[in-house]
Amino acid sequence: MSVVRRAAIVGVGQTEFSKASGRSELQLACEAVRAAIADAGLQPSDVDGLVTFVQDTNDELGVMRGVGIPLVRWTSRTPFGGGGASATIEHAAAVVASGAADVVVVYRAFNERSGHRFGQPGAQVSAPIMNLHMPFGLDTPAKMYSLWFQRYMHEYGLTNEDFGRYSVVARKHAAVNPNAWFFGKPITLADHQASRWIVEPILRLFDCCQESDGGVAIVVTTPERARDCAQAPVVVSAATQGNTMTGEVLFNYYHDDITTFPEADFCAAQLYGDAGLSPADIDVAMIYENFSPVVFYQLEAYGFCGRGEAKDFIADGQIEVGGATPVNTNGGLLGEAYIHGMNNLLEGVRQLRGQSYNQVADAQHVLVAAGRSAVILERG
Amino acid sequence: MIAPRPTPDDAFFWEGAAAGRLLARECAGCGRLQHPPSPMCPACGSTEWTERELSGRGTLHSWVASHHPSRPDEEPRVVILVQLEEGIRMVSNLQGVALADVRNDLPVEVCFVDFDGIVLPQFTPAPDPAPGSPEVAR
Repeated sequence: MSVVRRAAIVGVGQTEFSKASGRSELQLACEAVRAAIADAGLQPSDVDGLVTFVQDTNDELGVMRGVGIPLVRWTSRTPFGGGGASATIEHAAAVVASGAADVVVVYRAFNERSGHRFGQPGAQVSAPIMNLHMPFGLDTPAKMYSLWFQRYMHEYGLTNEDFGRYSVVARKHAAVNPNAWFFGKPITLADHQASRWIVEPILRLFDCCQESDGGVAIVVTTPERARDCAQAPVVVSAATQGNTMTGEVLFNYYHDDITTFPEADFCAAQLYGDAGLSPADIDVAMIYENFSPVVFYQLEAYGFCGRGEAKDFIADGQIEVGGATPVNTNGGLLGEAYIHGMNNLLEGVRQLRGQSYNQVADAQHVLVAAGRSAVILERG
Repeated sequence: MIAPRPTPDDAFFWEGAAAGRLLARECAGCGRLQHPPSPMCPACGSTEWTERELSGRGTLHSWVASHHPSRPDEEPRVVILVQLEEGIRMVSNLQGVALADVRNDLPVEVCFVDFDGIVLPQFTPAPDPAPGSPEVAR
């Protein structure tokens, strides 16, 4: 059993999402954290826990010094990259449920376009597991992931055009979201097919997430304390990670069947079981997509459609507002921004507050899936 | 090319490749074949390993064309995930096949290529089995 309905999101904050923030990553973190605390109607002195990513460069003391948080009892960090995005909420929920802290702020901030760019080719082997991959030419995340995706394309008869149909929806959602980098800039399938190959024959440019500068922060507390905060609370129905022995951070090559995503399969079973919900109960699915094919794997893992059926589910319009399961209503990481998946959590909260630019009527439950971690959020 | 930086857990693989042998770690305790290698056997907890020479035969499970990002006009390397007949998978490259002719499940066999002093296992299409061979009889 994971942490079920024992924590609530009461505040969200962000900076603008850009390509060149013009300020330090620490300043972005401080701005987002302060905005989230204010959104909750709390003071910096109420905060006694901090959670971020292992990869975040902003140390906890720097954030405390900037925001004016006098004392913190709990800190923790989630492993891996964006796959740990939803795990930050699992950490925070478990912490407030345990009493180890009462008000936890989750933050992530970086200059991922104007500073260190994750998508640039590596120059040397960066970890022991990379020995068996990088010398053979897998020098970027796009190539590493694509070697996983290609088998799925082969088994289920997809071409890159099928992935393009997701990208068109992401850009359609982003086009009406003023918070999105691609606000007012929808694309057609022809535009997608005219974008250059990044990894032939799997990914074109418009299949890849953006590179973005920005910061996001989220305030988590107990359901009891949430009643006294400024916003209608968003309850964490259930939260989990799904780390499997045959998995690797960037290489899903060693599972028995690589046309599936066992980490997401585990998260789905755990969350639905714990929360007492089924795919039909999910009103909006926020799905981490560093690359468009990841949406296909996760639509199937979470039971929104059957194995191999994601291409038809998307082509039939089922992931658009008005479809069976609207997906990435902010435009996702392709359309809105790449804040390591944390902006998808913000959109989940906004849907449940009724504040999305692509609002799904009477949204009660939102899945925020990030590969190897996921949460279901519900209206409090 | 990005050079490997061997660790105590995978040095055998690179030493084997330099000698023209495709090796994987086999647990001395329970016989489990472990690739990628790890220092401890997940099945029995042993830290004793022997090196098993693989047949080098398998099939092409998945593939991508790896273009150099700043030299897109150069011939891409075809990166492949090989399903080896011993039941493990391994990342390598496909040699001697035009991009348009790369196919999933193509039978392949290992060869070894020296790239400026670093020997990498590579794969080429396997020759058709001879008439009357066990593969054909099966």
